[in-house]
Amino acid sequence: MSTFKVYNFMGLRKVAAMISVILLVISIGALSVNGLKFGLDFTGGSLVEIGYEQTADLNKIRDQLKAVGYEDAVVQTFGSPTDILIRLGQDHDPQLGDKVLSALQTGETQELTLRRNEFVGAQVGEELREQGGLGMLLALFMIMVYVAFRFQIKFSVGSVAALAHDVLIVLGFFAVFKIDFDLTVLAAILAVIGYSLNDTIVVSDRIRENFRKMRKGSAEEVMNTSLSQTLGRTLVTSLTTLLVLVALAVFGGEMIHGFAIALLVGVFVGTYSSIYVAANVLMAMNICKEDLMPPEEKEHEEVDDRP
Amino acid sequence: MLNRYPLWKNLLILFVLVIGGLYAAPNLYPDDYAVQLTGSRDVFQVDQPLLDKVTAELEREGVVFKSAELGKKAGLIRFSSGDEQLKAKDIISRVMGDDYVVALNLAPTTPEWLLSIGAGPMKLGLDLRGGVHFLLEVDLPKAVTQKLENYASEIKGRLREEKLRYRKLDSQDDGSLAVKFMNAESRDKAIELLKSEYQEFVVSGEDRDGAFFTIVNLTEQAIRDIETYAIKQNLTTLRNRVNELGVAEPLVQRQGRNRIVVQLPGIQDTAAAKRIIGKTATLEFRLEAKSSASSARTEVYEFRSELGRKATLEKDIIIKGDNVSNAQSSFDENGQPQVNITLDSKGGELMARTTKNAVQRRMAVLFVEDKERTIYKTVEGLQIKETVRYQEKGIISLATIQSVLGNQFRITGLDGAGESSELALLLRAGALAAPIYFVEERTVGPSLGAQNIEMGVTSVQIGLALVLIFMMVYYRVFGLLANVALALNLMLLIAVMSMLSATLTLPGIAGIVLTVGMAVDANVLIFSRIKEELANGLPPQSAINSGFGRAFTTILDANITTLLAAVILFAMGTGPVKGFAITLSVGILTSMFTAILVTRALVNLSYGNRQLKKLSI
Repeated sequence: MSTFKVYNFMGLRKVAAMISVILLVISIGALSVNGLKFGLDFTGGSLVEIGYEQTADLNKIRDQLKAVGYEDAVVQTFGSPTDILIRLGQDHDPQLGDKVLSALQTGETQELTLRRNEFVGAQVGEELREQGGLGMLLALFMIMVYVAFRFQIKFSVGSVAALAHDVLIVLGFFAVFKIDFDLTVLAAILAVIGYSLNDTIVVSDRIRENFRKMRKGSAEEVMNTSLSQTLGRTLVTSLTTLLVLVALAVFGGEMIHGFAIALLVGVFVGTYSSIYVAANVLMAMNICKEDLMPPEEKEHEEVDDRP
Repeated sequence: MLNRYPLWKNLLILFVLVIGGLYAAPNLYPDDYAVQLTGSRDVFQVDQPLLDKVTAELEREGVVFKSAELGKKAGLIRFSSGDEQLKAKDIISRVMGDDYVVALNLAPTTPEWLLSIGAGPMKLGLDLRGGVHFLLEVDLPKAVTQKLENYASEIKGRLREEKLRYRKLDSQDDGSLAVKFMNAESRDKAIELLKSEYQEFVVSGEDRDGAFFTIVNLTEQAIRDIETYAIKQNLTTLRNRVNELGVAEPLVQRQGRNRIVVQLPGIQDTAAAKRIIGKTATLEFRLEAKSSASSARTEVYEFRSELGRKATLEKDIIIKGDNVSNAQSSFDENGQPQVNITLDSKGGELMARTTKNAVQRRMAVLFVEDKERTIYKTVEGLQIKETVRYQEKGIISLATIQSVLGNQFRITGLDGAGESSELALLLRAGALAAPIYFVEERTVGPSLGAQNIEMGVTSVQIGLALVLIFMMVYYRVFGLLANVALALNLMLLIAVMSMLSATLTLPGIAGIVLTVGMAVDANVLIFSRIKEELANGLPPQSAINSGFGRAFTTILDANITTLLAAVILFAMGTGPVKGFAITLSVGILTSMFTAILVTRALVNLSYGNRQLKKLSI
């Protein structure tokens, strides 16, 4: 008796699977060819950020640094042409910031300011990389257990597949476009896991409900109905989240730009994956009514409604 | 049917919101620029006359200040601008000299009535406030090696006392000690002796190359104790040094097995901070000069804790602080406080050699610190600042030598338990702790911090505005209610963060932005359920009721899983990322409250009590 339109999502599931596979292949390819461009947090080394009053001349800065012996300095602008980021692969030197500042200040009429000076030991960087990877795996595992417990093992596989899909594609995006991968991006990826999962759970919840409610109808029909019912919500939430992320990417400044980008990509992919990946995996595993019926029947309120 | 919350439920929601409002309120009051004044040591107290002297000087120089208040141990002078603050700092440090620490600070302006209920503003992280973050690594293997060397000399002494003749005692590469004996009998006796006297050893025998060895290993527990001790000692030393900087909220904390985090928010002169963190204090043990000694061979020093009291000491140094391996305060058999000192083998030998001829004379312990002071000079009418480094030496103990001292002795005749623990602390602070290395350093200039806050706040505002407009347009009256809930959610989020005194970082602000975007999700879920129920032909009131009811489990499941990810992020993250995890987790919890309960209450209040034909959703 519902009046809303049921879209034939599952009719496109083969196409969607193809798209996912292509995106995954590109991501894995880029990750193995380009690798991630790890930021200071993960590689170790030193970083100095200097503020200029007028547009800075990168080549001149490189020469100035070379003249005082910083041969390996990587110089780039950071967010604006007056803001310079210098990365050095050298050991800890508490005076590094001041040294770089004074080297650049010589012969310069404008006033320079030392905005930031960071050093991360190589070992610390390595540990962070390890911890980050472990953290992500642990998050996936815990979620799998929770979903298996609350829903059913097939849903658990479906949602973790969707998450792994999202994480890989976001990582792939960073590898393809060679964007700096720092600690905030890692945080963003874990947030993507949270977000995408949120989406997937909402859809799964509806699928479970509909499997119980719709007395007849194939798995495909149940899927289509559930996805159509949740489509409005999925789009609205994605839209509000994208709105704030665009605000963050545009106005939040360079230090969290990578974070905003990772989440923007993640929300796009996460929205898509909650519709196609999770459901697709469920279909592939032949999800059916019997998977969902027995254990929960007693708790379900419909039981009480019966005379 | 009608949708109504019982009165108690409405009141409860109102209560939570009022409390939230109260605890979020302190964040509305901007911080004052302030200068904090503390004594560099306990003898130098900041009191009212001193504060009056400072304010008089500021008035004379024409620097306007808002107020001057006396805290527990510190004086705080507030200014209305950063320029005044900087000017005042120079003046105050010139007036006060080296005995007081003058530090720039930001002082909260939370009104008294809010402070009295324990409310206060959120703490700002280093990336928002500017400051220094260090991660130091303690060289623990070195600490263990040093300790093992002490044991080696102790074992030698014990064997000699027991007349067990050994050929030699070596430390081996694997971190054990090997004592070589000529016959199995003395070897076995040695094993028995060491086993019975040292719980911290694993002792075994070994025969090789026709000789008999006793192998001494430290137990796992003993090694862990040594490591913990080394870390503690370094923590103490670093805390003392950090106190010298007069930072408002310093953090010195152990992290993991062998690391120490030092965070100094709001520090402006980062170079000075780094020098002080990395500096060393040492000790010198010297004999008091005989009254007949010529002045060329003696030096006069003041006591650190008693101004004006002096003693004349010999110029010769018996041992230095790096020979001290441990110092602990305890009580002697008569319940009098004492400090037990352990020296390394070299120190013990030197001490024995000197004290053999000096029983009944007095021995002093000098505390030597590398310091720097800023002096103000007037050159050609211009006032210039200059930093000069110097050593400050002060006597921390002068006690009579009762007998020949070895590598373990004690200082008694102390005034109280407070004095003995302070003396032990100073002895340890001067002693050579296991070496420390910088493994991470992050310095954020104050201007960058201010810029980060500004950009963060702008993106929260714009993000919030976009979401509010969208919800209004899309859900109309219900959107408006959701917007009220969203605004209240932000307020609660800030309140909880303030209550937890959690630190707000730039990624933390990003977390708030994200929360704004995601918090409406619960409302969206509820509203789309209501729409569906309406489409299914349910009357409005039932649609509202069942919409809220059916969306609940979905919201719960979706949020718990997100919370899982956030908790893992918190557990493994450091610094700024932790800040993100905190805002995200708190945001999830508060958004569940506002989206489910507050929105429901609002919907009930505006629609619940009347017959409806249509809903504006």
